[in-house]
Amino acid sequence: MPVRFYIPGYLRPFTGGRGSVVLPGAPSTVGGALELLWAHHPGVKERVVTEQGEVRPHINVFVGEESIRFADGLATPLSEGCEISILPAVSGG
Amino acid sequence: MPTSSFVSVKNGDALLLVGTDKRAFLLRAAGGRKRWQAGGPFFPGLSVYAMAYDGRAGRHRVWAAPQSTHWGAELCASDDFGRAWDRPEMPRVRFPAAAEASLAHVWQIEPGREEEPERLFCGVEPAALFESRDAGETWALNEGLWNHPHRPRWTPGNGGLCLHTILPDPANPQRLTVAVSAGGVYRTDDGGKSWAVKNRGVRADFLADKHPEFGQCVHKIARHPSRPERLFLQNHFGLYRSDDGGDSWRDIANGVPSDFGFGMAVHPHEPETVFILPLTADEFRWVPEGKLRVYRTRNGGKSWQPLSRGLPKGRVFETVLRDALAADPFDPAGVYFGTRSGKLYASRDAGASWALALDGLPPVTCVKAVLVENAGRARMPRPAAARPKKASRRRMRRAA
Repeated sequence: MPVRFYIPGYLRPFTGGRGSVVLPGAPSTVGGALELLWAHHPGVKERVVTEQGEVRPHINVFVGEESIRFADGLATPLSEGCEISILPAVSGG
Repeated sequence: MPTSSFVSVKNGDALLLVGTDKRAFLLRAAGGRKRWQAGGPFFPGLSVYAMAYDGRAGRHRVWAAPQSTHWGAELCASDDFGRAWDRPEMPRVRFPAAAEASLAHVWQIEPGREEEPERLFCGVEPAALFESRDAGETWALNEGLWNHPHRPRWTPGNGGLCLHTILPDPANPQRLTVAVSAGGVYRTDDGGKSWAVKNRGVRADFLADKHPEFGQCVHKIARHPSRPERLFLQNHFGLYRSDDGGDSWRDIANGVPSDFGFGMAVHPHEPETVFILPLTADEFRWVPEGKLRVYRTRNGGKSWQPLSRGLPKGRVFETVLRDALAADPFDPAGVYFGTRSGKLYASRDAGASWALALDGLPPVTCVKAVLVENAGRARMPRPAAARPKKASRRRMRRAA
């Protein structure tokens, strides 16, 4: 079951300019899917999670339209054909 | 994405590195420093607390530390005055797993001694020192300071718990002095293995014990390279001088309207001359009496004089942050400061008179002023739009 990731503009220098990345594999959770993404694009990992492995506080990860913050976090299960979006939150000034 | 403009830097130019809350700029001027040409914005939307120029070993490298609220902080370098910034896949500065910490901000980038052109330092939040020995490609946490028994009891100031000042000793490669808010002054005399606290005589008005061993909120330290043992210190209340490399400090707030402030810069050719910009107090943080004035001592702090010719005459409420006051190495010296209201002022006569160099910026967090030498080697090819002209000139010559 390949997983599709949507990559925001800030991180595209680390995906060869691509806004969408499809990776082969069969991860059962968001955490497992992100590990796949990190393995192919380590520069994305460094900006999405801290050195301690935590998703940065102003970054949202969605499975389909649901934020993993309001599901089971990195343990959120994946279903067939789902898509993962990494998006900056509406913080700033 | 906003379009950036670029400066063409020539040998002998003055270069200003200006970091702000939301982007960075490079300004250049010929040696007379009458007219400034601005390049940028670089890193739009990102805060840039730290910038540095490394002109050692034939380099023309500009360093900047953009920080995104979303994506974190990193250290970027440009070898062509901002046309291209490298962004390594693995950020250069990151805490090792054992440190159990994550980089929040880079507060200072400091090239090492001239004799060690591959060595650089950076100070970060949470308060720590990183060092590179390969001209900035790889960086390592200074474990000696990180494991200092005081560190767990350092407390953050308003800006965060940061290591913001790094002073390599021009005469002693084993000695390095750093300042932490709020921890105080620490010095190593063994190349960074061990660190001794150097706060004797420095107040901490915000603590019950006003003269603790550590916990002082030091805002900036400055020194002249010809007098490495003499340090000047702008404290969170308190203006000090040390004549023994920080072993002891004495008050030199003689005639200033306030001993609170952030920035501090030493004149490049006069070791007794120091510039500061006093602010009323920590709870107000604007210029005393609403008058924007730089203060200068020419006698090592025995007395201070206000410098305001060319600065706004009316009542203003400006604040100048800790890294936003700088002097260049020219003669006569240039002095520069940026305000939280986004104005950049420049003096090309050592502070005697001032002019607005740039306005309309986000809050200015960092100003560095340097002389660029041997820049010819760093010039980039002309932009594509300019090339046909050259070719057509050649064709015209051929036709003639």
